[in-house]
Amino acid sequence: MSGMSKIVKTISSIAFPFVMIYGLYIIAHGHLTPGGGFQGGAIVASGAAMILVSYGSVWTMGKVKEKKLSILESTGAIVFIGTAILGLLFAGVFFNNFLFDSNLIFNIVPVKGSTVGILNSAGTLPIMNFAVGLKVVAGLFAIVLVMAYATTKMGGGKK
Amino acid sequence: MSKRNFAAVIFFTIVAVFLFFTALMMHPFGIFDEDNQPEMDDHIIDNSQTETGANNAVTGVVFDYRGFDTLGEATVLFTAVAGVILVFRRLKK
Repeated sequence: MSGMSKIVKTISSIAFPFVMIYGLYIIAHGHLTPGGGFQGGAIVASGAAMILVSYGSVWTMGKVKEKKLSILESTGAIVFIGTAILGLLFAGVFFNNFLFDSNLIFNIVPVKGSTVGILNSAGTLPIMNFAVGLKVVAGLFAIVLVMAYATTKMGGGKK
Repeated sequence: MSKRNFAAVIFFTIVAVFLFFTALMMHPFGIFDEDNQPEMDDHIIDNSQTETGANNAVTGVVFDYRGFDTLGEATVLFTAVAGVILVFRRLKK
């Protein structure tokens, strides 16, 4: 799997930033619009898998090591659980939304009813969205990358 | 029939009977029952904005009301990634 033709490579390189921006938008607006960490992370990982398919697993493995992806995934998990434990420390309950209605970041309380939505609201939920998004991106891309690389090394694809 | 198979059949029968009677006692599908309504969905629709601050009620449920469920999902994903990398580790050269 040393990559596909030049047309596929060019088109996927053009489409890649738009897919990334869309996925990051879904993650960042998880507390305002439909979507969230899991869904946006799946979109970003799909864009990375598109690059993997068009450029080949050997080239991609030279750019991104799966050890770095596991470090990223563990970072997401630690941030997620750490936010929950901070809720336990500051408010006494695991997973407590301690930033909501405080004087720190993400503290604006929205008006009840259907509103446009404020990005700087919802307490710990945006932080957890980012953590879960990082985790899903790194995890799914690590799975796809390792499987594709192993298939190439076993002789499943064209060298 | 060995003793082990006999115990398995007994256990399976007990589980099947429980499942059957639970299915019989289930809420009827599509029929509105005035005094047998769950209150959880109304509470979440009414109060999720003022209690969690999130305009998206689904995110409010997933990350605030049901945070432990998301923790379990994250653990499942972590286990899956760890297993795949462990299985394909020897092929990497």
